[in-house]
Amino acid sequence: MNFNNARLIFIFLLLLTGCSGGESESRVDSGNRDGVFHFGNHAEPQGLDPHIVTGIPEHHILTALFEGLVLKNPYTLDIEPGVAESWDISADGLTYTFRLRENTSWSNGDVLTAEDFRWSWQRALSPILGSEYSYMYYPIENAEAYNSGQMSDFSQVGVTVLDEHTLQVKLHSPTPYFLQLLDHYSMFPVHRATLEAFGSASDRLTAWAQEGNIVTNGAFVLTEWQINSHVRVEKSPLYWDAEEVDLKAIVFYPTENLVTEERMFRDRQLHRTAEIPLDKIFTYQQEQLEVTKIAPWIGSYFYMFNTTRAPLNDVRVRKALAMSIDRTLIAETVTQGVYSSSTALVPPGTLGYQPPQLFTYDPEKAVELLAEAGYPNGDGFPAFDFLYNTNEDHRKIAVAIQQMWMKTLNITVNLVNQEWKVYLDSHNNMNYDVARRGWIGDYVDPYTFLGMYITDGGNNKTGFSNARYDEIILHEAPAELDKDKRFALYYEAETILLENMPILPIFTYQFKHLYQTSVKGMPNNIMDYYNYKYVSLDPEG
Amino acid sequence: MWRFIGFRFLQAIPVILAVITVTFFLVRAAPGGPFDQEKAVSDQVRAALEARYQLDLPMHEQYFSYLEDLFRGDMGPSFYYPGRTVNDLIFQGLPITAELGFYALVIALVIGCLAGVLAALKPNTAQDYVPMSVAMIGICMPSFLLGPLLVLIFGIWLDLLPVSGWGNSAGDKILPSITLGAMTAAYIARLSRSGMLEVLNQDYMRTARAKGLPEYVVVIKHALRGGLLPVVSYLGPAFAALLSGSFVVETVFQIPGLGRFYIQAAFNRDYTMILGTTVFLSTLIVFFNLLSDIVAAWLNPRLRYQFRK
Repeated sequence: MNFNNARLIFIFLLLLTGCSGGESESRVDSGNRDGVFHFGNHAEPQGLDPHIVTGIPEHHILTALFEGLVLKNPYTLDIEPGVAESWDISADGLTYTFRLRENTSWSNGDVLTAEDFRWSWQRALSPILGSEYSYMYYPIENAEAYNSGQMSDFSQVGVTVLDEHTLQVKLHSPTPYFLQLLDHYSMFPVHRATLEAFGSASDRLTAWAQEGNIVTNGAFVLTEWQINSHVRVEKSPLYWDAEEVDLKAIVFYPTENLVTEERMFRDRQLHRTAEIPLDKIFTYQQEQLEVTKIAPWIGSYFYMFNTTRAPLNDVRVRKALAMSIDRTLIAETVTQGVYSSSTALVPPGTLGYQPPQLFTYDPEKAVELLAEAGYPNGDGFPAFDFLYNTNEDHRKIAVAIQQMWMKTLNITVNLVNQEWKVYLDSHNNMNYDVARRGWIGDYVDPYTFLGMYITDGGNNKTGFSNARYDEIILHEAPAELDKDKRFALYYEAETILLENMPILPIFTYQFKHLYQTSVKGMPNNIMDYYNYKYVSLDPEG
Repeated sequence: MWRFIGFRFLQAIPVILAVITVTFFLVRAAPGGPFDQEKAVSDQVRAALEARYQLDLPMHEQYFSYLEDLFRGDMGPSFYYPGRTVNDLIFQGLPITAELGFYALVIALVIGCLAGVLAALKPNTAQDYVPMSVAMIGICMPSFLLGPLLVLIFGIWLDLLPVSGWGNSAGDKILPSITLGAMTAAYIARLSRSGMLEVLNQDYMRTARAKGLPEYVVVIKHALRGGLLPVVSYLGPAFAALLSGSFVVETVFQIPGLGRFYIQAAFNRDYTMILGTTVFLSTLIVFFNLLSDIVAAWLNPRLRYQFRK
């Protein structure tokens, strides 16, 4: 009896493990040999319509499938020719004339023309499409008016087809970073005949961008899309620069669970991860530094003040709060070196721009300022709520800062966390005292950060308003052609911002990835930008 | 019997209607909407989006138009995945979740019944204590702990099985099925043990043994039939629970099933998707409960007689 039971259990266990057989070659090893890149992409893409989606996972797939007028060099972030083989910029910086390649085509063989761009941009700007990134087009003359429905005639927008392969774009003010915008997916061309075959082009709910339907113009074509499983793209033989493309295919995985993603990397299922779990960073840095990539990213981590509420409406209180945080200590101990401390909004080195340094960690000055504001030794200071979105990292940082405020200023802060969408709702309605905020730049220019704090700007939400600041950001800097003078204007604007301190700078972001050692051609750059043409896999690695 | 089935069926309708109504209004009452993002959305873009998804209509109109579409089997477009319908997404994830649930149930049944019967045969000995203690641990151990633990042992240390995926490489279905089935196996073990203990003490068992039947015939032919009845009536709800409770396993093992949509939809405020998955899963649960009631009534005539009166 007992013997029989034991035998039964044994056979059952054999069956369970036996089916696996010996583990064959890992995905990474076979990928290295065949040129197939396995890409941890953090989340399932919302879609692949470049004029509708908004996220980073979508960005990674769309830049493989589509190509805009220009590309960037991943080593220097300099602009390189894309669909446009060359371009002229008029002396006043307002008119761009692009000459498109004649040997470039859509993945179905159709020729890609200047009219494709004009039509695509008209579609992206059409008011009923509701494209959330349409503001990327706003440097173009009348684009904003057309997008908001104030103007219904697209021929008045500054996009003109000069001939089949020449496109002219007129801007309303010289925008030195305009070429960078063209490499953003919101300005990619889409294939008119395909869109119209699946319904109205300005309806966001058609199926044109799905597997089997989508027509693209980039270095890769979509071959498989299994929701929540993977998206596979393969090298396009019709791409104009196909000779330069080393990879045969890229497979994107929606690895939303960071811990699972790290396990997949360790099991050699992924070439690259979207993240590194915070508690694993130290181990990787100690034991496997060669696969660990942590480098500055164009993003700011800061707290914002609701300047319409007492006692935070007093700039001395805001400054006291800012000066009593020892950022270096938090960066080194709490967050293990994945953020670097910052005392400004714009991350340093954004295209050579260096932000002003107006204050340091200075507890004595902070106590003085608080006393001046009428709260000597924190007496009578009303407790306020500190809001952050539910997340372990944000909590740790908030707790550390809460302690520093309590110790230095002798004041009480209540930590409140809200689920992401609830937090956004509170933020948008200015229903907070102090709130955590993060901002990742859309392009490399201080404007992508400083543009937020114009009076009543959609992303302002602090109550900050300064006439001189608005004047610089909206009129003087955009009209300035000389880079140094423009940066001097931004410096002045950021100085105004930090003197009024509607925001409390804390860190700048760093991106964190794991890379197998076989991956070549994905250098660190401040945009965390990849150009798949440069990427190759070492079969020996 | 038909009257019983008909009665239970009619009971199910208001339950599902209540689920729809409560979910419909709850998701809209939650702060933060489907179009709230980190970067501000301009008023005209928001208006265009709301118009496209009919969120600009009065609430009662939205509700009745949703009911009308649902009645025709159309659960509407997803708010988060433009161009995909909730029907598409559910029927893409369902076969995977169902397959996972089925394997988990088979594993749970085999392990659970085996452990339960073994334990009941020699109560209060090591053969009882060991499987029952393991079952207790199985009930207490959540799948977000068990899953990574199994992966660590079998996937990384022993390197026998893949750490994630579903149908991509040989053997990647084993660990998730065990993880999902573990808790159910533990329940079944306890259920079958107590069922068997009760039956084994009956007079007819003594008669069977007195006839001189070999022990295995006594156990398999006479005891199992009655002893596993509680397990049979538990199967329906268990399968429904496996289908609706697989999201943790799906996330841990990177499986493209229904459970992940369910959770993501709530975070994304994907109204139609939250409604679709909730209504779909609650219908399944109601259906499987109904099924197990019918089976129980069929196995146990006393239940049927109550309805004749």
